[in-house]
Amino acid sequence: MIGCIVDNNDQEEARQRGRVTNNGSYLMKFMKFTSLMVAGFMAATPVMADLVFPSLSYRTGPYAANGIPFADGYADYFTLLNERDGGIGGVPIRMIECETGYNTEKGVECYESTKGEGSLVYQPLSTGITYQLIPKATADGIPIHSMGYGRTSAANGKIFSNVFNYPANYWDGASIAIKHLLELNGGDLNGKKVALVYHNSAYGKEPIRTLEELSKKHGYTFTPIAVDHPGQEQKSQWLQIRRERPDYVLMWGWGVMNQVAIQEAANIRFPMENFIGVWWSGSENDVLPAGDAANGYKALNMHNIGSDFPVFDDIQKYVVDAGKAAGAGDQVGSVLYNRGVYAAMLAAEATKVAQKIHGVADITPVMMRDGMEALEITEAGMAELGMAGFGPEFSVSCENHGGSGKGKVQQWNASAGKWEVITGWIESDRDVIDPLIMEDSKAFAAENNISEGCS
Amino acid sequence: MFYREAGDFKTSYAADGQTFPIAFDRWRYFAVLAIAFLVVPFTINEYVASAVLIPFLIWSIIAIGLNILTGYCGQVSLGTGGFMAVGAYAAYKIMTAAPELNIFFVVLLSGGVTALVGLLFGLPSLRIKGFYLAVATLAAQFFLVWLFNRVPWFYNNSASGQINAPDRTLGGFLITGPNATPEAKYLFCLVFVFGMAWLARNLTRGRLGRSWMAIRDMDIAAEIIGVNPLKAKLSAFAVSSFFVGVGGALFFTVYLGAVEVGEAFGINKSFLALFMIIIGGLGSIFGSFAGAAFIVLLPVFMKNVMVGGFGWPTDIATHFEFVILGALIIVFLIAEPHGLAAFWRTIKEKLRLWPFPH
Repeated sequence: MIGCIVDNNDQEEARQRGRVTNNGSYLMKFMKFTSLMVAGFMAATPVMADLVFPSLSYRTGPYAANGIPFADGYADYFTLLNERDGGIGGVPIRMIECETGYNTEKGVECYESTKGEGSLVYQPLSTGITYQLIPKATADGIPIHSMGYGRTSAANGKIFSNVFNYPANYWDGASIAIKHLLELNGGDLNGKKVALVYHNSAYGKEPIRTLEELSKKHGYTFTPIAVDHPGQEQKSQWLQIRRERPDYVLMWGWGVMNQVAIQEAANIRFPMENFIGVWWSGSENDVLPAGDAANGYKALNMHNIGSDFPVFDDIQKYVVDAGKAAGAGDQVGSVLYNRGVYAAMLAAEATKVAQKIHGVADITPVMMRDGMEALEITEAGMAELGMAGFGPEFSVSCENHGGSGKGKVQQWNASAGKWEVITGWIESDRDVIDPLIMEDSKAFAAENNISEGCS
Repeated sequence: MFYREAGDFKTSYAADGQTFPIAFDRWRYFAVLAIAFLVVPFTINEYVASAVLIPFLIWSIIAIGLNILTGYCGQVSLGTGGFMAVGAYAAYKIMTAAPELNIFFVVLLSGGVTALVGLLFGLPSLRIKGFYLAVATLAAQFFLVWLFNRVPWFYNNSASGQINAPDRTLGGFLITGPNATPEAKYLFCLVFVFGMAWLARNLTRGRLGRSWMAIRDMDIAAEIIGVNPLKAKLSAFAVSSFFVGVGGALFFTVYLGAVEVGEAFGINKSFLALFMIIIGGLGSIFGSFAGAAFIVLLPVFMKNVMVGGFGWPTDIATHFEFVILGALIIVFLIAEPHGLAAFWRTIKEKLRLWPFPH
């Protein structure tokens, strides 16, 4: 069916081309030349019905080690849907990749160049770029899914109508880490010292307020320690840690900063099991450079790890073995590859919901937003996709764009060379987080004259 | 054939001293202005505006600013990123403190604040020169970024330390915020670029500019003939910072809309501005534009050709961008060490005689 449309289009185009050429080939040549020059600055126009998923990836720069597996997973899952199911609801998926290098200016360029193609949802994998896109995408009616990153208070759907950060956000992460520590200490953190090593940017600063609130509640002393972009030099920070001897160190790091921090922690012989990273500081690429010294390092996660899921057999069969894997194809089953797959799966599921709500297969970004808002992930649903127990069960509503806020703790086993999940789903402390979300989102609404929706 | 003075008679001193004394040059200048003001706004789309033209215009202002300090007055500065940050944060504080203030004045005031800060950091230039001054301005870069990260008052205590530009209008048209049209944003920046380039060109042709150049060429000799180094150096710092501050304010309010200081105004921005004026040409207004175009437009153009045109993978295209841009910079600096402006001057000389070079 779609093939036919393409053929017709091609013929039509060829006919037109012929007619114009007959009229004046000299002029045409000049026009072609100018249009080639212009094409350098313009994006192509869409031709047929397809579902466009832009992938603002970064395969270069100091964050590439983490950007590549995520981008590969995101691309491979969509390739799988195209190859196995012929797209979503019969409409093929077109993924446009655009390199941001984790740089906000390039991110804006990528957004502007892809939004005209009918992009359904943006997942920039960068808190800085997310902040840029929140007002722009809201004005353009395109949803953003910042899965476990971005602006935490976007969980308040009444104010951030087009931004989603399910299944969990930074403040959930901070609370989950503290809950894990409470569990280890028999429910009492009084007199303990907790330090936070953070990327000195919007990303790293996000959990500070929550950790401060939690320190009031649980009685630990809290020390934030900033690491500047890109984080290759952390000697002074770890010297400070060595001097102050905190009982636990949390980390909000990304890219090369993670590897350096874990190496530095090993250098000062900080006990690794007392060092906990957020879900962005817990991939194989972060711990492998430190070798055996990284053994016991812990990190949070919002989904399961490993490739023991039926969906990975399909990826192997339809994507990797068929030679269609994105990138080098060597990342399958790594933590961040799985996160990319998870992000793509959530986008695909939301697309299905949107198709069902609106009864249209070729949905628009506005319909996609409705689909994301009505998304419900159940155990049965995930099992059907071959991903049983992959992520937490959660549902999104107009008021709550943040999902369930659950996470797990995983620990690195250096001799086996793999991560091991050591807890079940831990729920975050809603009593502390919800008022903070309300406060921050209300401040944003006041600053930007946004009235509350969902009534 | 082009750029000939023959037959171009001047009958007054004013006509003789004008900026573009050659008729062909003057008409070309008017044509560029006419296209920029009357044609481009009707043909641009959102992508061309916000990914290509607006960054080019803003970087032109910044490059002119740095060129005044480094190219005309000979004071090397690595603090451009920090001064851009001052402009941006001043704009943010003014916008949130006085919501009814016109965005035009917000940008000008931010430039004024930056000029004061630049004056302060220009004080060491009275005692130290050359590389040592570069290090002192580098300290300004790091200090200012650290300050805006450290003191929550600058970002109104927001949880993330990000600053967001609220919607502001000029004569009923939205200039900042996500709903502003690309035409409005483009024209707003263009007016600033035109005004500031005009100002810079005339400043550098006047008494002040001549005292800057005297200091640049030989400060002791300049002092002997009566140029006050205190006034010349500090005025160069103030004027340059004003330009950079206006650029930084536009960068934040019109172009990005949300910034965090470490990422948007880091040391790499200082280097970028310095590369622009070195590649474009030190001590030349046209060179500032050429350098900004080279650094801002070329990567976007190459990306679109390689990814959009040839369909290459994005990572390979990005790596090639670095390779090609680096190679081009080396080639340009070997072939024409005085920058694109000098290259343009040579072309003009040739065009004058063309097609009969003897």
